[in-house]
This record gives sequence, C-alpha cells and structure tokens, in this order.
Amino acid sequence: MQAESTQIQQGQATPGARAAATQSVAPWLAGAVGTEFSDAALRQVLLGLPGVDQVATQERTANLATRSIKKDAKLWALIMAVRMVDLTTLEGADTPGKVRDLCVKARRPDPSDPGVPPVAAVCVYPDLVRAARDGVAGSGVAVASVATAFPSGRASLAVKLADVAEAVNAGADEVDMVIDRGAFLAGRYGQVYEEVRAVREACGPAHLKVILETGELATLDNVSRASWLAMLAGADFIKTSTGKVSPASTPQVAHVMLAAVRDFAEAAGRRVGVKVAGGIRTAKDAIRYLVLVRETAGEEWLTAGLFRIGASSLLNDLLMQRSKQLTGVYAGPDYFTL
Amino acid sequence: MPEKTAPEKTGPGGAAPGGRLAVRKTYKLYIGGAFPRSESGRTYLVRDAGGAELANTAQASRKDARDAVVAARAATGKWSAATAYNRGQVLYRVAEMLEGRAAQFAAEVAAAEGVDAEEAGRRVDAAIDRWVWYAGWPDKVAQIAGGSNAVAGPYFNFSVPEPTGVVAVIAPQESSLLGLVSVVAPVIATGNAAVVVASQDRPLPAITLAEVLATSDLPGGVVNVLTGATAELAPVLAGHMDVNAIDLTGAAPGSRAELERLAADSIKRVFGAGQDGASQDGAGHDGAGEDWAAPPTPRRMLAFLETKTVWHPMGT
Amino acid sequence: MTGTDTTWEYAPAPQEQGIVAIKPHYGLFVNGEFAPATDGRTFSTLNPATEEPLAEVALAGEADVDRAVRAARTAFDRVWGPMPGAQRAKYIYRIARLLAERAREFAVLESLDNGKPIKESRDVDVPLASAHFFYHAGWADKLEYAGYGSTPVGVAGQVIPWNFPLLMAAWKLAPALAAGNTCVLKPAETTPLTALLLAEVCQQAGLPEGVVNIVTGAGETGAALVGHPDVDKVAFTGSTEVGKEILRSAAGTGKKLTMELGGKAANVVFEDAPMEGAVEGIVNGIFFNQGHVCCAGSRLLVQESVADALLDRLRRRLGTLRLGDPLDKNTDIGAINSRQQLDKIRELSDSGEAEGAHRWSPPCQLPERGYWFAPTVFTGVSQSHRIAREEIFGPVLSVLTFRTPEEAVAKANNTPYGLSAGVWTEKGSRILWLAQRLRAGVVWANTYNRFDPASPFGGYRESGFGREGGRHGLEAYLNA
Repeated sequence: MQAESTQIQQGQATPGARAAATQSVAPWLAGAVGTEFSDAALRQVLLGLPGVDQVATQERTANLATRSIKKDAKLWALIMAVRMVDLTTLEGADTPGKVRDLCVKARRPDPSDPGVPPVAAVCVYPDLVRAARDGVAGSGVAVASVATAFPSGRASLAVKLADVAEAVNAGADEVDMVIDRGAFLAGRYGQVYEEVRAVREACGPAHLKVILETGELATLDNVSRASWLAMLAGADFIKTSTGKVSPASTPQVAHVMLAAVRDFAEAAGRRVGVKVAGGIRTAKDAIRYLVLVRETAGEEWLTAGLFRIGASSLLNDLLMQRSKQLTGVYAGPDYFTL
Repeated sequence: MPEKTAPEKTGPGGAAPGGRLAVRKTYKLYIGGAFPRSESGRTYLVRDAGGAELANTAQASRKDARDAVVAARAATGKWSAATAYNRGQVLYRVAEMLEGRAAQFAAEVAAAEGVDAEEAGRRVDAAIDRWVWYAGWPDKVAQIAGGSNAVAGPYFNFSVPEPTGVVAVIAPQESSLLGLVSVVAPVIATGNAAVVVASQDRPLPAITLAEVLATSDLPGGVVNVLTGATAELAPVLAGHMDVNAIDLTGAAPGSRAELERLAADSIKRVFGAGQDGASQDGAGHDGAGEDWAAPPTPRRMLAFLETKTVWHPMGT
Repeated sequence: MTGTDTTWEYAPAPQEQGIVAIKPHYGLFVNGEFAPATDGRTFSTLNPATEEPLAEVALAGEADVDRAVRAARTAFDRVWGPMPGAQRAKYIYRIARLLAERAREFAVLESLDNGKPIKESRDVDVPLASAHFFYHAGWADKLEYAGYGSTPVGVAGQVIPWNFPLLMAAWKLAPALAAGNTCVLKPAETTPLTALLLAEVCQQAGLPEGVVNIVTGAGETGAALVGHPDVDKVAFTGSTEVGKEILRSAAGTGKKLTMELGGKAANVVFEDAPMEGAVEGIVNGIFFNQGHVCCAGSRLLVQESVADALLDRLRRRLGTLRLGDPLDKNTDIGAINSRQQLDKIRELSDSGEAEGAHRWSPPCQLPERGYWFAPTVFTGVSQSHRIAREEIFGPVLSVLTFRTPEEAVAKANNTPYGLSAGVWTEKGSRILWLAQRLRAGVVWANTYNRFDPASPFGGYRESGFGREGGRHGLEAYLNA
C-alpha cells in the first residue's frame, strides 16, 4: 500500500494535490475491491481493518487523562486550543445579529488581551454564511458552513448537493457535511462513499469536514470504519458529531479517529484532520483532547490545519483559565465578553 | 530387601497335593498399558501376612521409574483432553471390572493383610464403592473448584481447575487395596497421569488392579505401577524434573524430609508431607494412620489441580 | 522522549512530597510497638531515583524474629484465633478504610522508596492494596462457605519482594488475618517504608498487639523467619532460586507452604488482534512498573505475517513514553529499584546483543543520578537466547515470531515457568482454545496485567504453587 507521492499532504492542500492524493489511494482500494465500489467489497475492506477494543480504548484514554499539564505547557495549550476553536452557532433561532456578535468574538476573543489570537473559524448554517463572511472579513478567521441536511442527513443526494452549492456560493471556506448514518448502519457503504465523494467535488476550493455522528454509530469499530470510508472518499477532516445528538464527542471516539488519521497518513501519504464537537465546555476537556492528539496521532496534528474543536462556551473557559495562569487568581465569568 | 528365592510349594492358585497344578501368575510392572518385567531383570519375593511365600514380583529399577514417567507424560495429553464425562465413564468401567473380580481381590487382600475372608470382602467392597465415588467426580470438580470471580471492572473473569500433569504416588504400605484405590483414583479422576509405587511388602493387589485398569478402556500410561523397594524408587520420582507433583502418603517417616528436598528442585507440588514422623493431618506414619474406611473428601483431587484464571474485557 | 525538540513540552508536574513525613529512624513493629533491633543494628534505605538515603531502619536479628514469632503465637492463642470472624472482619475493614484515607501519603512514600511512577502507586498499588483488605475482611465470618474448613493454620511467616511493597504486604496479610492467623512479615530490604507505615495503620485501627508484626531486614532476617520452628506456614514471593532454597530448608518440618516465584510470560499477538489495544497491552505488559513484575509479558510472540507492521506501531508508541522523576505525575517509566537489579538487567541485555539479537530503544534521556534503564526491545530473538529464557525483571522486551496457533502454544509453553500469558485476537474460539492450552496460572485475553482481590493469582511449575486472591487464596491459610 505505498503512497504514490512521498510527500505527506496536509488538510489545507490545493485541490489538485488533494485529488492526486486521493488517486494515490484509489488504486489501492480499487486493487482491493475491484473497480466497482460495491457494498460487499467495501464491507470486506472495512471489516478487515483491525478491531477496536472498547475496554482497551477506555483504559488508554483514562490513562492519558492523568497527564498533568501545568504552567507554560498549560499556557501554550490554552492558546493553541483557542486557535483551534470553530466558534459555532447552529440554532433555529439564529439571526444575522447573532452571527455578527459571534464574529466579533471570534476575531478578538479577549478585547482586553491582544495576546489572544483569533479562533480558526466560525461555523454557521448555509443561509447565514454571507453574514458570517461580512463579520470576519479581513481577520483570517475562516467561515465554515454545515450542509447536506444537517444535522439528520435525511434528504436526497440532490437536495444535499444543492445545500452544499449554496454554502460554497455564499463564500464558505469550509463545509461540514453529515454522512447518511442510516445508509451506513444498513450496510450501504457504497452510498456513503459516493455521497462523500460527490460533496467533496461540489466543495471545489472549500475544504470538507465529514461528520460521522459517532453517537449514532454506537460502536468504536463503526467509528473506525466510517473514518476510513470518509478518508478514502476524499475528506479533508473527519468530525465526531453534529452536537445535536448525545453522546457527542468523547475521548474514546476521538482516540479512535486520531489513530485512524495516523494510520491513513501512513498508508496513503495524506494527512487528514480531526474535529471534535459537542459537549466540550471546559478548558480541562480541551487540554485532554490536545494530549490525545499529541500522543495518539502525533505532534504533526497539533495545528489548526489538522485539529479543530467545535464549541461555543468553551472559548470563555479557555480565557478564564489563561487569566488564572497569568494572574494567579481565579477569574469570574462577568470579566469575559459574550 | 526381601530374598529372591522362588517359591516351591504353593502360591495363590496353588493346587493341593495330588490335585490339578495351578498356573501361577507372574507379577510384573504395569507401564504404558503393558506388563513388562523390570529392565533390571530383578525380582523379589513377596510373602503373605503370615510369612508364607506368595510370589516373585518384579523389582523396579530407576530406569523403570524413568520409563513410567515417560509413559505417564505421553498419556497426559490424551487423558486430560478427554471430556470429563468420558473420564467418568472410564472410571465407572473400572468399578465394573473390579466388581466382577471381587472374589479374586478378596483372596489377595486376605493373604496380604492377614485378615479373614469376611473382613477382606468388606475391604474390597469399600474399595469398589470408593472407585464408584470417584467415577462421579470428573464432570463436577470444575463446579466446586472453579467459578467466575467478581472483579471490579468490565471483565469476565473465571477460574478453572486443571490437572497438574504427572503425579508420583507413594501408595500406603499397609492398606493394599482400599488405601491404594484411595490415593490413585483422585489423581486420575481429575485428568492427571500417575506413576504409582505400590506397597513394598503388599504389592500384589496393585498389579491385579493394573490388570483391571488395562481392561477398562483406560488409555495406557494414565496409570503406571511400579513394584519394588520404596526407598529406592521414591527418591528417583521425587527428583525427576518431569514429574509435577508427588504424594508422599506411603513414604517412610524418616525419608520424607529428603524427598521434599529433592522435590524442591523443580518446585513440585508435595502432598502428604508432614513433620518427619507424622503426615500433615497429624495421622500416624506412612499413611497407615489415615483411616481409609472414613468417607473421602475432595481434598485429594484438589491437591493435584492447578487453578487457571482467565480474564477478558466485556465491551461492544 | 522527554521532548527536547518538540513544540509542546509538558512542564514538570511534581506531586507534593510534604504529605508524607519520613522519619530519620524506623524501628521494628513487634507486639504492637515500634522498637529498635535487640542488637541495635540498622540499615539504610534510599531513593533509587536520586540515590539519596531516605531513612535508617532497624535490622532484625534472630532474637528479634524470635520475639516477633512469640508475639504472633501469643496473639494467635489468646486473642486472634479465638476471636469470632465477624469481629476480625471489622478490624480488617478498618485497615482497608484507613489505607483509602491515607492513600496519597502511601503513594508518595511508595514512589520514593521503590522508584515507581507516582501515577502507578497512586492509581494501582494503593487502591488495590486497600481493596485487598476490603475483600478479605468480608471472608472472615464466611469461611465455612469457602470449602477449606474454618480452622486457621496459626502463625504465618511471610517474605515479600521489592516490586510492589505495599501491595504484596496486603496480599499476604489480608487473607491470613481474615482466616484467623497471625503474621510476621518481612518486607524487602530496599523497600521497608510502606510496610512500616502500614504498621502505623494497624495501630490506628486498634489491631490487637502481636497480630501483625513487621521485621525489617535482608536475606538473613528472611531465613531466620522461614526457618523458625514455631512458624506454621511460610508464604514467599520472590525469585525461583530463593524459593527453592526455602523449600529445601522447610523439608521435613511440616510447615504449610505457598510460593509465588518468577516468570517469563509469553504475550501472543495474532494477525487479527485489535492492534491499537494490542500495542497498549504489549507496552503495559513489559514496561508497567519498569518491568519489575513476575507476570510481565517479557516475551512478545507475534504472528509472523504482521510482525513488521506491529513492531512499527510499537516503536512509534514507545516514543511517547516518559522516563524520569517518579514523583512527576507525567512520568511513565520510573527508576530501577537498586544498583544490583540494574546490573542484572544490563548483563542480560548485553547477552542479548552478544547472542545475536537486535537491540533497540527509543531516544531517551537518562537522569544522571539514580538507577535508570531505557525501555528496550530485542528483535530476532529465538527460544535459545538467554533473553528468551531467563527472567530479566526489567524494561526489556524479547520479540519472537510464530506462524500457527500450535506453534504459538509450543513456544509459549517452552519454559520451566508458568505464571501468566497474554493472548490477542478478535476470534473468540481461538481465545478459549489458547487459554485452555497455555500452561499458565493467569491468562489475559485481549488485556494484560489486570489484578483484583477476587481473582486467584499464582503459577504453574517453577513459577510456584498456591494461589493468592479469590476463594482459592484462602486455602493457604486454613487447615481443611
């Protein structure tokens, strides 16, 4: 399973390079399953991946959760976490005003401290992409849009692609799609593969995150298989959850996905990123994820180009912990802006 | 060591003068399912309780002991792999064969132990009943000696008893059948193979028992019987690196310490060791103090079982 | 490995040491009191991570051992033996609870005296020790259901090793006390301190005097204890070599015996193993506690078809191990317990190279002071190599390959030891098939190094006899 290019491609590579890298994998896959990516053939490949033991995963993540990150290491991690945040609002009640406030926060998380960098991106529904673009213009903060009948994914492919097109035309830099979990659990891997591939094509220059919705996949084996399926189909990022279903992200699923991107990079010569989303509210949680990134995938993934945290209230907790590190006293929420 | 002259007058099956001449049995060793003479060619004279000559019996040598261990080791694989049900059936068959030959055994026990026919008959009956008791155990031992363990985590954890392998058994010196059965049956019921050193002065019922074993579907090598000098044979077995455990019941009191020392070199499991002069349960010397008539307990089976504990995570 | 050229260095995260007050001098614990040795002799115990002395400890001579045994005998005859099980249970429950209350203190002391990472003493050693007392307390008034009778043996002489000092003390004392015996315990000479702190806990629990006695010292003290004529039962955990000596000296004495000795366990990984978990299991199997574990998975038997791929994963994973100050919460690999043990590990590792195996370690910064050994992996190992046959008792893994399940079993069992084994495969029937055939007292399937007071632990063949833990573990301390 030698990668054709010897260079490891990162998530934010050019479309041409991305296509080439995917092609470098396709021959391997084609070799394994023939030219037809049938459900049966894909099942053979996916079920041939090494199994994932749930108890072993729990123990590994529990062990990594005992890492004690202090002082300078903690400050570094808090700032890195800020850089990795996709500041998110995905509510039915969202308005342009809400999105505008979000963008201000995203560009300048702590008005009283210019040392705090902007977040990686803001994440909104497709019809608010334009408002978001205006809000972050000139700041370097990217605009990510959910798409493909988020969060349920229950719509025809045509509708989903139209959803993507709208987001991309409105100027989204990044697209967070959902896979069809029903198709996956019914064994229609070919359909899942094809949808990701089609969305990847529709994204054009925008980078694609593929949401697996791990809470609905239920088993860690499924998380591993869905990760590989998405990566083979061209995902730039694999993402844990929509945040609308519980359980959302957990250290266990993150560990499995980080192992998957590490192994995929080895097999295919292309680095795919990981985004964790849903229920990550405290700096402590965020730092634990960074430890996971470092000790599971490797230090190369400790960058906003390859790791993101989808969150909203996390940002202020990161700032509060930073304040505590710097001043020695615990801060209160009223000292940080919404 | 007893003399080596051959008896001229009567032995078991000897005819009264003027009547039919008996065909006398040659008492040989029982190794690997066959009845070889000692490779040393030696025999010794066995007398009855009153001193009358009974028969020449093979006098096993170190090499015979070594061969017996080899045969026992070779037999352990098949015997421990047999289902417990199968082992129970084989043991029951032994009891059936014993029952059929009860009269012969009674005669041998009467001669060896110097008791009247009625008492000898009682002892034989007890031996047969004891064998039946052990025949019922193989498929139950795991239920009393094993089980699942409630560990504090998402693991299935269970302990199972397993035969230790090859067990050397120094049989009681005085109780030539009931005592013998009481030390041999528990060893093989649990899947072990045995190398038995029969009572030095009362070995004949042991060989006759071997004949019964040979006709009971018991695979060759599961039980091996050596007749001869206990003091010569026991140390060989105690020091043998391929013997997993040793039962010192019939060993002379003054010899136990040395046998335990020899056993230490391979960390053998030692049963029936006690302070020199006493067996561990406070009974008198060389097991003669143990009351063979008393109901048995699982103790002698558990002594030759290892406990293996297995863990496996429980998860999706 | 501690990351001199990475972008994110974990800063030092030291555990507060002030929680434990180490005294300059420690006495023996006999008949409920601490006292110096009769002849006043002492020995020093040091911190293997720094080579600095921690304390002076009384060195028990024969007279002291005799005093301790007499105290245990008196306590057995007059107090503990006749005491109803339900009341014994309460004392033992108190000890369990006190251990849990003072857990952090014990963990810090253990790491200082032994060299193991605080993460391990805090998360494994101390909680398991407390659990052991808790579990056995519950048996004290239920012995008639255990299947070994209810009659205690009497006075137990117990000798324990330096690798899990507190936990081994718990493994010995808890069942013995629950069954109604009294104890004289000799901790290892390089790790006496947590046993002595446990003695303090016994005092705090109000345990009647003489029920537990601790005699500190080295080989001579141990020999005096196991040889004492009034000791009814000897329990020994340590090397097979010393175990044989003890067995020889106990021959003919009628003493009840249990031995928990060495091992050279095979950790068998099949091509269909859950790979991520298997790598963790291999790492845990041989590097947990710096490999100072009798049941360590010191031989990796990997199916040839996946050997290269697995070793790649293993090497990458070893790159994240952190070796250093045991009191740093992020340390994974601590110090080797003594100069003597370090020399032995070095000697055997050198033999591995000399005999033609290929040696590899992740890049590793060893501190200047203290006893340290980098995690080491030998590949190209065959059964005849010393590093495949002899117990190294250090962070050294020997890797061998196999082709078929039968070959795996044959290689795994090809040793006089038989303490433990690991099996990694997704196939259920294969797990049970292997579990049945592996000659080992503990078989870990898709996991490794799991311990629990309810789970019987002990070996086959030269790894010893008798079991500790579970219902089976009571057998050693009862006369049926």
